[in-house]
Amino acid sequence: MTVPVLPAQGALRRRLTPWLLVAPAALWLLVFNVWPSLNTLVLAFTNAKPLSGGHFTGLANFERMLDDSQLVDALLNSIVFMLVCLPVLVLLPLLLAVLVEKKIPGITFFRTAFYTPVVASAVVVALIWSWLLSDRGLINGLAQALGVLQGPLPFLTDRWLLVFSAITLTVWKGLGYYMIIYLSALGNVRRELHEAAAVDGAGPVRRFWSVTVPGVRNTMLLISVLVSVSALRVFSELYVLSNGTGGPGGRAMSLVMLIQLYSRGFYGHFGYASALSLLLFVITIGPMLLLARLNRKAS
Amino acid sequence: MSDMTVQAGAGRDAVPAPDPSPRDDRVRRGARRGESARRGRGGFGAPGPGELVLRYALLLVVLAITVLPFLWQLSTSLKGPMEDVFSRTPSFVPSQPTLDNYAKVAETIPVWTYALNSLFVAVIVVGGNAIGATLAGFALARLEFRGAKLLLVLFLSTLVLPGEVTIISQFLTIRSMGLADTLVGVALPGAIGMLNVLLMRTAFQAIPKEMDEAAVIDGATPWQRLIHIGLPNVRGMLSVITIFAFIAAWDDFLWPLIVLNDPSKFTLTVGLQYLNGTFTANPRLIAAGTMISFLPIVILFASLQRYFFRGVEEGAIKG
Repeated sequence: MTVPVLPAQGALRRRLTPWLLVAPAALWLLVFNVWPSLNTLVLAFTNAKPLSGGHFTGLANFERMLDDSQLVDALLNSIVFMLVCLPVLVLLPLLLAVLVEKKIPGITFFRTAFYTPVVASAVVVALIWSWLLSDRGLINGLAQALGVLQGPLPFLTDRWLLVFSAITLTVWKGLGYYMIIYLSALGNVRRELHEAAAVDGAGPVRRFWSVTVPGVRNTMLLISVLVSVSALRVFSELYVLSNGTGGPGGRAMSLVMLIQLYSRGFYGHFGYASALSLLLFVITIGPMLLLARLNRKAS
Repeated sequence: MSDMTVQAGAGRDAVPAPDPSPRDDRVRRGARRGESARRGRGGFGAPGPGELVLRYALLLVVLAITVLPFLWQLSTSLKGPMEDVFSRTPSFVPSQPTLDNYAKVAETIPVWTYALNSLFVAVIVVGGNAIGATLAGFALARLEFRGAKLLLVLFLSTLVLPGEVTIISQFLTIRSMGLADTLVGVALPGAIGMLNVLLMRTAFQAIPKEMDEAAVIDGATPWQRLIHIGLPNVRGMLSVITIFAFIAAWDDFLWPLIVLNDPSKFTLTVGLQYLNGTFTANPRLIAAGTMISFLPIVILFASLQRYFFRGVEEGAIKG
């Protein structure tokens, strides 16, 4: 870059070209990322509605949060969601990655098949599971045929059963996604460690815990954060399983469902929705900061 | 699960944080070593017959868990009106398979229009990301200019911002552009994904410096360097981000749900939820609708999976 060719004209072009190249992305950055972030921060202190500009209302939206029982329900659902998903989606995909790691015949087929739920949309997955879990669906039907249940379990109409059904399909859909991340990390676990452990007489289970797990420790941390954050952001699964209602009395809603609820129509309140968005940001940033801190400690 | 922004596309969630250090070779070598010599019983050679049987048995169990729900839905969509879909003794094979449900679902909702709407959004998102992320990624990785550091920091900082946080303001932005309730409004915000810019930057950085130093000395312009040296070396990453941009746009739900009002403009995901809400009575029709949304994406992914898995081995995904 220090070698000047075609002096005057070339130099100007050379200085402009980089900007020309980044211009579209920079525009998107400003219009669809930076500006909406700032706007959210401002709107949270107003009572803007879909059909009115709204004006500054101080902390009113945040005071409203304090006695919003739907919000309390949503946060409780989110915490349960996160606490159940976390251990399951950190451990199971690792076991799965170890299972598909060795390139035995047909393994590409299995890897692709295990990844299928990831590429399907959450709506498709939730519709499939609504059918499986409905009162007259396959799961209730089989359970009754086998005598496990007397009557159908109300998977889609009971608050906690709804939450757990949504967790089940989140886990089912997430397995392949995290498996692939682990698979990529397993390539870096040093073979010599496995060999040394085997020479010392460690069996497969022992080697898994004392070689594989420490070897992918950083990936586990990363996945813990990804799982926590996406659990806090859950929307489509609960929305479709409950057919947009959020379950009986709207008690199986998530925080993002509340944001969507206030985004339009009769309930429309952009100010309150923005305040809820800030809350979402605050609770999702927690796990990320924790990761950054742990990573710094490790290095 | 996947996409840091919910908005149409970008594939932000689909591929997690970029790997700051290019380390293709290490990963690939590691993987290859792993293939031939990990986890044998006792010695580290080929797996014994016992281990192989156990492995395949476990693989088949997981296969059943992941694939059977899809097959059950497919089977339901092919069952005629006379066949009992509620039976407690389920049969996976329809007794008289029929495509009637696919015709009937099109009478209930304009499902083919919805499919075209989804395709329209996905094409904009794929094109925008292929061009926008490539150009910016190249400039950030290989060219020097004032403000590059600041831009990079801003791009990186968007990664900690879940898309749902800004979705209300995003909608207001789109609305002020007069694009509320339009498909362009659905496609636009995701047309250049910030994560994709960073991933392309990582890919361009992995190209050895010497390769274009010679070109610079020969007086090649940045465009020539991008086309002749850059592009041929980032095809793997480019295919990964375009595949995921397509999938993310096709699968997106929350953002089009907020932007669109007019039922004739729905994308497939929004249209399917609409069908589910208005027509819960016949599971065969809903099953047919879900298959119309699911089959194209699974066929696309299955036919492109080798690019995806190669991208994974080349370190498209952080380890």
